[in-house]
Amino acid sequence: MRNTHYTDVAIIGGGPAGLAAALAARKAGAEHVTILERSHELGGILQQCIHNGFGIHRFKEELTGPEYAYRFIPEVEADPGIHVYLNTMVLSLSSDKEMTAVHPGHGLIKLRAKAVVLAMGCRERTRGALSIPGTRPAGVFTAGTAQRFVNMDGFMPGKQVVILGSGDIGLIMARRFTLEGAKVEAVVEIMPYPAGLARNIAQCLEDFDIPLYLSSTVTAIHGKDRVEGVTVSQVDDNWCPIPGTERYIPCDTLLLSVGLIPENELSQEAEVPLDRCTGGPIVDENRETEISGIFACGNVLHVHDLVDYVSEEAEIAGEAAARYAQNQAAAASENQVQRQASQLAITPGEGVRYVLPQRITPGAEVDLYLRVMQPMDDITLSLGGVALARKRQVRPSEMLKIRLKPQHWDSLREAGAVQGRELCLKAEPR
Amino acid sequence: MGAATHYDVIVIGGGVVGTAVLRTLSRYQLKAALLEKAAEVGWGATKANSGIVHAGFHNKPGSWMARLCVAGNRMYDQLCEELDVPFIRNGVMMVARTPEEEKILRDFYQQGLENGVPDMELLDGDAARRLEPNLSEEITLVLRAPSGGIVAPFELAAALAENAAANGADVYTEVEVAAISHGDDGFIVTSKDGGTWKGTYVVNAAGLFADDLARMCGLDAPSLIPRKGEEYILDQRLGDLVKHTIFPVPTPKSKGILVIPTAEGNIMIGPTALELPYKDDAATTAAGLNEILSFTQGLVPKISRRDIIASFAGIRAGSPAGDFIFETSHTGKAVHLLGIESPGLTAAPAIAEHVLQMLREAGLPLEEKPDFNPRRPEVIRFKQLSDGEKEAVIKENPLYAHVVCRCETITEGEIVDAIRRGARTVDGVKFRTRAGMGRCQGGFCTPYVVRILARELGVSPLEITKRGKGSELLTADAKLYLKGGETDA
Repeated sequence: MRNTHYTDVAIIGGGPAGLAAALAARKAGAEHVTILERSHELGGILQQCIHNGFGIHRFKEELTGPEYAYRFIPEVEADPGIHVYLNTMVLSLSSDKEMTAVHPGHGLIKLRAKAVVLAMGCRERTRGALSIPGTRPAGVFTAGTAQRFVNMDGFMPGKQVVILGSGDIGLIMARRFTLEGAKVEAVVEIMPYPAGLARNIAQCLEDFDIPLYLSSTVTAIHGKDRVEGVTVSQVDDNWCPIPGTERYIPCDTLLLSVGLIPENELSQEAEVPLDRCTGGPIVDENRETEISGIFACGNVLHVHDLVDYVSEEAEIAGEAAARYAQNQAAAASENQVQRQASQLAITPGEGVRYVLPQRITPGAEVDLYLRVMQPMDDITLSLGGVALARKRQVRPSEMLKIRLKPQHWDSLREAGAVQGRELCLKAEPR
Repeated sequence: MGAATHYDVIVIGGGVVGTAVLRTLSRYQLKAALLEKAAEVGWGATKANSGIVHAGFHNKPGSWMARLCVAGNRMYDQLCEELDVPFIRNGVMMVARTPEEEKILRDFYQQGLENGVPDMELLDGDAARRLEPNLSEEITLVLRAPSGGIVAPFELAAALAENAAANGADVYTEVEVAAISHGDDGFIVTSKDGGTWKGTYVVNAAGLFADDLARMCGLDAPSLIPRKGEEYILDQRLGDLVKHTIFPVPTPKSKGILVIPTAEGNIMIGPTALELPYKDDAATTAAGLNEILSFTQGLVPKISRRDIIASFAGIRAGSPAGDFIFETSHTGKAVHLLGIESPGLTAAPAIAEHVLQMLREAGLPLEEKPDFNPRRPEVIRFKQLSDGEKEAVIKENPLYAHVVCRCETITEGEIVDAIRRGARTVDGVKFRTRAGMGRCQGGFCTPYVVRILARELGVSPLEITKRGKGSELLTADAKLYLKGGETDA
C-alpha cells in the first residue's frame, strides 16, 4: 500500500471524547498524536446540538454544543503535534493497533500506533430494534436524525409530531420542533418514569405544555406513504400493552428517542471484550481495555448524560495512552499482564445497572461512575460492604460519580474484601 | 406523461416477472416498454420477497410451478453473472421433527425426483447438524437440495430493467394503468393521470393487481388471493447462523416459516401467510412477529427477539388455482400472468421465455438483435474489494473514499452510481446499495443520502421521497416554515 503512517497515539473519532483525549495525550508528553475523524469537521455530535446546557460542571457556564466543542478545537488545530485527518473513515482495527482508513485525497491509509484511543461515540436505537408493528411510511426518524435535518440542513422533517421515548435527545427535539413552529402532540415513555434528565423534562416539555405519557408505548404506526398517526397504549408492569387502552394520535412524524448504543464494531474487530451492561469495552481506571494499549472513552465506552464527564473521562484515557506509548508497547504490555492479575473486578450489584471502570488497581484513588436500575430515594452506595456515599435521590437518567478514597481502601482492607478478586457495588435503601 | 411511439409490446408491471419479460424482449428487434405504478421497479411483492431460488421439490409434478421453477433455477447462474447480481447456491433443507413430518418429507423427496431436481439427499438429524450445527436437536430427518439458492430480489428486478433499457427498451415509472382499450391500431393503455401508450401486444405482469388488469381487457379473470407475509431481519452478527435456507414441512397454504440466509449476509426469518380481504395492508403485526419467532426458534433455537434489526411485509398474488395461470385475450395479443406467487421469483426467467413463446405464437415477429448486450456494467461494491482494488477505484473517483453508510460501509461513489442506474428515492438507493440497511437503519446516512439524491437529480431536498410521491421525507424549509411563509411543502 502507498501510505503507511506511524503515530504514538491514534484517536478514532474527533468528537468531544477524541478532542479531550488528544489534548491530554499531548500534555502527558505524546509527541505525535493522530485524530481520525469521519466527518468534514471536528466536534462530533456536538455540532448539531445547538441548544445550551453544556459545560455547566466543567466551565461553570451554559454553552451550546458547538461552543463547547470550540473550547477544544482551536487548541487541537494549533498544536503541531496533533495531526487531524478529516473525512477519514477507519475501516479496520487490529489488536496490534494497526488501522486501515480511507480518505478522498490520500486513498487508503495504513496507520500503526503505539497506543489507540477508541472515541467513536454511539448510535441511536431504531424502530427495528423495538419491532413496532405497522406499515413503513416516511416520517419515522430517530431523534438525532431529525435534529440533523433541522439544525444542520435547515429542513423540517414534519409538522405534527409524536415522540416515543423520553431520552434527552427526544426531549430536546420536542422543544426544537415546537420552537420551529411544529406541533408536538406527546412524548410517550414505556417506563413509569422519564428516561431523560429532570432539567430537560422541565425545560423542554413542561415549559411548552407538551404532555408526557408514562407507562405507555406506541403499539402501531399508521399511514401508507407518510405517517398518518400512531396508536398509543398503556402498558402493564411487564411492559405489555393493556388491551382497551389504545388511543389514536394523528401525526405526520414519529420520532424515536429510545436509547443509545455504543458503536463498538471496530472494537470488536480488534477483539476488545465488551461489558454486556454498558455495551462498551471493559476498562480499568486508566480506561485501558483488556487489549493492551487500546483505550476507550466517551459514549463508545458507556452512554453519558453530560458531555462534561466525557471530557473528564477522555483526559484519563488520553493521558494513559500517552504514557503507554512512551513506555513502549512491549514493556507496557508485560506490565499490563501483571497489573491485570492484581486488579479487582468491580461488578454491579443490587439496584445498580452498571459501574465503570470494571477493573481497578487496589488502593487506587479513582472515581466510580454508575447508573442505578430505577428511581430511588435515600440510598447508601456500598462497595464490598463498605459504605461509600449516601444519596437523597437517584434516577437512572443521571450518572452518579463517587470517589474511592484512601479511607475506603482502609475499610475495605479491614473488612478483608481486598483479598477477594471481585467487589460488588450496591445501591440499597438506607 | 405518455409516449408517441407505437410499441410492439407493452409490459405492465415492473416486478421481477415484468422486468424479466422486458429484458427477454430486448434481445429482439422490436420496441418494448414497461409501465410501473411505483417510483421504481421491483417495489411490489418483489421487494418483500424472501429471495429464495427454489430447488423445485415443493410443487406438484407437471404443474407450471414445478416445470418453470426447475427451468428458472437452471437459468440463474448465467443470468446473475451477466447482470452482476449477488446470487449464491447455498442449498435448501426441509426438516422434519416427527414421524408424520418424516413421511411428508419423503413424499417431497419423491416429488423432487419427478420434477428433475438435481443432487437431492436425505440426511438424518445428526448428519444434517454436522452441516448446520445450529439446527434444533429435535430435527430427525432432512431433505437437502444443493441447487437451492438465494438472490437479492430487488437488485435482480432493477438489474433486469437497467439491462433492458440499455438494450433499447423504455421504462416508465409512476404510471398506474387505469384503462386498456383495443382498436384497429392495437392497444391504448391509459394511465390514471391521463397519459397514453400505444402498442400491438400487451403483457399483464401486474402481480397482485393482474386480475384487475385482466378484467380491463374483458377477461373473466379469477380473483387473486392477497396473502400477506411478514419478514424480520436479524443483525449481521448472526450472519453465519445457518448456511442453508431452512424450511419446515409445508402447510397447504404456504411453504411455512423459514430461516433464510440472504444474499446480503443477514439472516431473515419469516414469512407468515395471512389471507387478506384487500390488497393494501403491508403492515407488520405483533402477532406475526410472535408467530415467526416461536416457529423459527423451533428450527434454530439460537434465534432471539433481541437480534431483530428490521421488519417488513409484502403481499403475494395468491393463485386461486394453486398454480401459475397463463391467460390470453384479444386473439392472444394480450397475455395475462395471474397468480405468480412462490416460486415466481425462481421461475421468472423461465416465465419470460414462456411468454415470449406465447407472443411468437400470437404473431409477434422475433428477430434477434445482433448487438444485444446481455451484460450490465459491473457494480462496484466497495466493501468487498481488496485493498489494492479500493486504492484503484478511489484514485479514479474520490467519491469512493467517502463512506456515507458506516454500518454497511457504503460510499458516496456507490450511491451516485445507483442514482445514475435509476435510483430515484431513498429506498431505491437503500435497496440497490444497502445504504441504510444496517444496524442503525439509516439514522446516520439518511440526511446524506437525501442531499446526494437532490444534488444528482437537480431537485430540492424537499422533493426527495422515501419511495415515491406522497412519501416525501422533509415537509418544509425550516426558516420559511417558522416565518409562516411555507405551511405546505
